[in-house]
Amino acid sequence: MSSSAAIAGRAGPPPGPTGPPVSVRTPLAERTLWLGLTIVRMGPALILVLLVLVMAAIAPFFLTERNIQNVLTQTSVIALLAMGQLLVIVVRGIDASVGSVVGLSTVTGALMFGTSLHAAPIVIATMLLTGVVIGLINGCVFVYGRLPNSLINTLAMLYIAQGIAQALTHGDALQGMPSAVNDLGGGFLGVVPEAALLVAGMAILATVFCRSTRWGRWIFAVGGNIEAARRVGIPVNKVLVSVFVISGVFAGLAGVITAGQTNAGYGLAGSTSMLDAIAAVFIGGASFMGGRGSIGGALIGAFIIGCLRNGLDLLNVYPTWQLVAVGGVMLLAVELDVVRGYLENRFRVAQASRAVRS
Amino acid sequence: MSREPALEVRAVSKWFGAVQALDQVSLRLGQSEILALLGDNGAGKSTLIKCISGVHRPDVGDVLIDGEPVELRSSADARRSGIETVYQDLALFDNLSPAANFFAGREETRGSWLGPFALLKEKAMASHTEELIHRLKVNVPARVGLVGLMSGGQRQGVAVARAAAFASKVVILDEPTAALGVRESRAVLDVVRELPKAGVAVIMISHNLEDVLSVADRAVVMRRGRIVGEEVPTEETHERLVGLIVKG
Repeated sequence: MSSSAAIAGRAGPPPGPTGPPVSVRTPLAERTLWLGLTIVRMGPALILVLLVLVMAAIAPFFLTERNIQNVLTQTSVIALLAMGQLLVIVVRGIDASVGSVVGLSTVTGALMFGTSLHAAPIVIATMLLTGVVIGLINGCVFVYGRLPNSLINTLAMLYIAQGIAQALTHGDALQGMPSAVNDLGGGFLGVVPEAALLVAGMAILATVFCRSTRWGRWIFAVGGNIEAARRVGIPVNKVLVSVFVISGVFAGLAGVITAGQTNAGYGLAGSTSMLDAIAAVFIGGASFMGGRGSIGGALIGAFIIGCLRNGLDLLNVYPTWQLVAVGGVMLLAVELDVVRGYLENRFRVAQASRAVRS
Repeated sequence: MSREPALEVRAVSKWFGAVQALDQVSLRLGQSEILALLGDNGAGKSTLIKCISGVHRPDVGDVLIDGEPVELRSSADARRSGIETVYQDLALFDNLSPAANFFAGREETRGSWLGPFALLKEKAMASHTEELIHRLKVNVPARVGLVGLMSGGQRQGVAVARAAAFASKVVILDEPTAALGVRESRAVLDVVRELPKAGVAVIMISHNLEDVLSVADRAVVMRRGRIVGEEVPTEETHERLVGLIVKG
């Protein structure tokens, strides 16, 4: 699934991928533009396919069952964070706090496991609730504190949540998680990692939410034109707060997976995955101008990063070069967004001039 | 159809601090009439429109719809009373389809018990949109997808059609052709001409007398917060309208 499919899906009848959306009279230039646009929109998916093919060709172990399981498990945390982050980025925000929300939720989960209320559902609920509370604070501070951008207040939350997590554990890891949580982190259902199933389930839910529900539509409307959204009576402030809460929930879920993988609560867990998640969203075709992007795209972005890191590991490439590779792909993706904007502009002009000629 | 005017403004005055923006303005808009509102910058056209669309509240005077006085405290009030306004910035969502734009903020859904998660009736909204776009003869390529990919005239057409779709009484247009070329202007004016057939009256602010001549049944000229004259716009009254705008 590419970002084009998602956008078209939201946009009523999807423009056919094979031809321009207009009649036979459509001039050649316009068709070419449309073709270019389609290719650019499919860019992230094409990059992923290409990456998998190249890795499969040069790293023989890459496409083995064992390694595919590895990639799926390793990518699940980034994928969950990216899906939450996407909605924040759609409304032109950024949630920089998610990295330490993962850590904090593993800690609150571990603390709950240490009490008499140590049943798995209660522990998991505690971790999700941690995400909800942090997200609610993020959203309310951003909206009602009238901040121009959410980067700063979520960055502040990055410190605060991490500080609290460290204080709660005195800087140590708290060992022990319910077995259901450990299964989610490292267990399998048949040959499929449970974490991957969780990601898939959440991706389906989130896609339905974005494309087919009223609130999802409102999130994209706010991202597209916040003033117009106010004017047509969309509850803009509530929509803005909600995306941070959703991002918090996804961070809590990522915390569940992380805690399961390590069988522990640790304040610094997940601190590196936040940057990967933000990168994944942009690599997956979301626009930093807001309003554009899809859950599928964010997933693709996450798997591009996951495959890149895993493949380079298999090839014994020194880990620092993985960072360079991820950064390079991100630059490519951001530039694709610029090219898309340029092509759309050309397309618009072509439309207008045709309207004049006819 | 009611004999009463679709909209009547009675002796409305509005001050901003010490500045009087509207001075005893009275105006009647017939059922299915297209009325042009003319005047130089600062004549009070925008203030008058904002008093009708619920953005401003008149300090003195009444607004009546179908002969009944209405209290318009907000633009939501005005919309509920059947008045829709198309501002110059159009307020479109470039990242959404025409149908999503039409129904933004008032989506048709099923499963309202789901609250915010109520499911969109995409097909119904798309077919309503298509039907209206077709009826108003808006020139929009059927499957172009996003409003952001449309030309200025097509976007204006979508904005006007959206207003027409939800207005039961009056559509207010603020300079609908200001940003458009000649051909695209003509297409938008064709759409405006269709509106009375849908049973709504139109108030159109314009600086372009050619546009006014081609669509308006009547032209009212404002100057310094007052209405200084009105004409049925024709080639013969053209000169007089210009005179009213410039000298009052």
